[in-house]
Amino acid sequence: MEILAQHGHLLLIIGCIFAFFMAWGIGANDVANAMGTSVGSRALTVKQAIFIAIIFEFAGAYFAGGEVTSTIRKGILDPDLITNQPELLVFGMMAALLAAGCWLLIASIKGWPVSTTHSIIGALVGFAAVGISVDAVNWGKIGTIVASWVISPLLAGTISYALFTSVQRLVLDTENPFQNARRYVPIYIFFVGFMIAMVTLLKGLKNTSLNLDFGFESKFLNSMPLATAVGILVAIFGALLLRRVSEKQPEGNQNRYANVENLFAILMIFTAAAMAFAHGSNDVANAVGPLAAIASVIESGGEIVKKSALPSWILILGGVGIVVGLATYGFRVMATIGRKITELTPSRGFAAELGAATTVVFASTWGLPISTTHTLVGAVLGVGLARGIGALNLKVVGSIFMSWVVTLPAGAGFAIIFFFILKAIFG
Amino acid sequence: MVGSPFTNLFGQSPIRPIQEHIGHAHQCAVLLQPFVEAAIKNDWDSANALYKQISDLEHKADEAKTKLRANLPSSLMMPVDRGDLLLMVSKQDKIANHTKDIAGIMVGRQMQIPLEISESMRKFVEIAIETSAQAVKAVNEMDELLELGFKGRVLEVVEKLIEELNRLEHENDELQIQVRSELFQIEDSLSPVNVVFLYKVIEGIGALADAAQSAGGKLQLLIAR
Repeated sequence: MEILAQHGHLLLIIGCIFAFFMAWGIGANDVANAMGTSVGSRALTVKQAIFIAIIFEFAGAYFAGGEVTSTIRKGILDPDLITNQPELLVFGMMAALLAAGCWLLIASIKGWPVSTTHSIIGALVGFAAVGISVDAVNWGKIGTIVASWVISPLLAGTISYALFTSVQRLVLDTENPFQNARRYVPIYIFFVGFMIAMVTLLKGLKNTSLNLDFGFESKFLNSMPLATAVGILVAIFGALLLRRVSEKQPEGNQNRYANVENLFAILMIFTAAAMAFAHGSNDVANAVGPLAAIASVIESGGEIVKKSALPSWILILGGVGIVVGLATYGFRVMATIGRKITELTPSRGFAAELGAATTVVFASTWGLPISTTHTLVGAVLGVGLARGIGALNLKVVGSIFMSWVVTLPAGAGFAIIFFFILKAIFG
Repeated sequence: MVGSPFTNLFGQSPIRPIQEHIGHAHQCAVLLQPFVEAAIKNDWDSANALYKQISDLEHKADEAKTKLRANLPSSLMMPVDRGDLLLMVSKQDKIANHTKDIAGIMVGRQMQIPLEISESMRKFVEIAIETSAQAVKAVNEMDELLELGFKGRVLEVVEKLIEELNRLEHENDELQIQVRSELFQIEDSLSPVNVVFLYKVIEGIGALADAAQSAGGKLQLLIAR
């Protein structure tokens, strides 16, 4: 107890630094995957992708990041076991942040597959199981999270497959693909706008005092009219952008569908925004969840409260960390990824992105921390199964699966070491 | 930062390389026309120069084939079957191989085409080359096929191209019969060894058209997975 009274502010500041470090790592590396599809399919330049990422990562973190944050803060550990030793929770969370941050850094330097989600979950479980007791881990919740890691790529793949097939039917395989693209692309854009608005209304406006009541039965129905209106507005904006694409085939392009792909490139601006929003809602929360736990313990004077409002400054800190990571290092990674993913044309890239973004956003609203990159991989495979991509290395899927297996104990190991170091210094 | 797992997920699509490969093979076949012309005129300097070009292009096609095979690990997920794709490449490669064999025999023996059959021979070679050109057309539809996920109306386009390919190959067969019978009419007036090799050359030209048709056939298999 007295530790917290004595060093509370110092611990909180260090915690902020660690959380910022991890958020920086996410921005430097993980965002590049989320945005790489747009850059690779030439729908966006690196600069445009960064610009979209900065705005929507931040928005996603702020408006839809709360649920995942609270899962990480209080869903994984059973606080009852450490009520008389709240400082352990603080040390543990700090250790988890530093462990995940370090692991991200090492893996990035080595070019290994990384997942921010897996490293933070591994770190939390590691410190709780070793530093407190095996019973302190809420294994039921962990089981749900692990199950979601398997389900999310499958779900994203299914959605992408369906989206790509619908594009084939409605647009590409028709008499006049260009006309049909002009007709149907705004509908896809509507869906993007509607989904993001819906999630924001359902989950995100806790941070603001806006209250919508149209007198319907449920919150869900109450959110519908406004989300629909937002979707329509976004679709109109999209339709205006589509008008600027000329029907003439680009010079020197052999592909009969080049002009149609240009229309889908416009759609990708919107799906890229959705992807950034989804990534912000899920992965920023990984960085700020532990910090939220630290802050709530310290500010309540050593009490581990189950219910406490999530201060928005924490989400903002995470959002800023990601944006700084993007601006200092992430853009280089994005350029590399964009150069490598050239086999993905906009009509496929959008299907993959939207499938993944939809899955991630919904997982966020359920408070499930999932891996954005793995979900995206599932989505890309879905398009591949629809015979839409020239070549995919299935070996990589194996290496990604291995990354789960490696990242969990690595995060755990680091967290345990840092936990005992912190305990030795302050305890 | 070497590459994230996500970038490594994307392999190189085999479609462009396979189109490049048939491009080289066809360029090789195209040279057979001036080559045969030179042989009819007994102009062996030009024929030699053309043979060298043919040989270079055949080598280029071989290199493209090797590269393609090296870049097709069995862990690659493609919209088409890997085995069928490899078969298609080897059929395409035969277009270049037969061209080089034909030109090789003729250059080596300074084989003159008897004037009596030269007219049919010209036509025969021309249609063989057209057959190869038609195969190129069909293979060049592959990016459109991919664009549509190997479904839908582009299939009909390819079917039509392959129908025409089959028609050309059939026409080439008919011409082969004609050239042979013309040669048979005059073979007593030629040296027996020359006649044997002339038959060999005729067979080779027929085989060239045949290879082009087979490549198209494999393309059909690819589509109908």
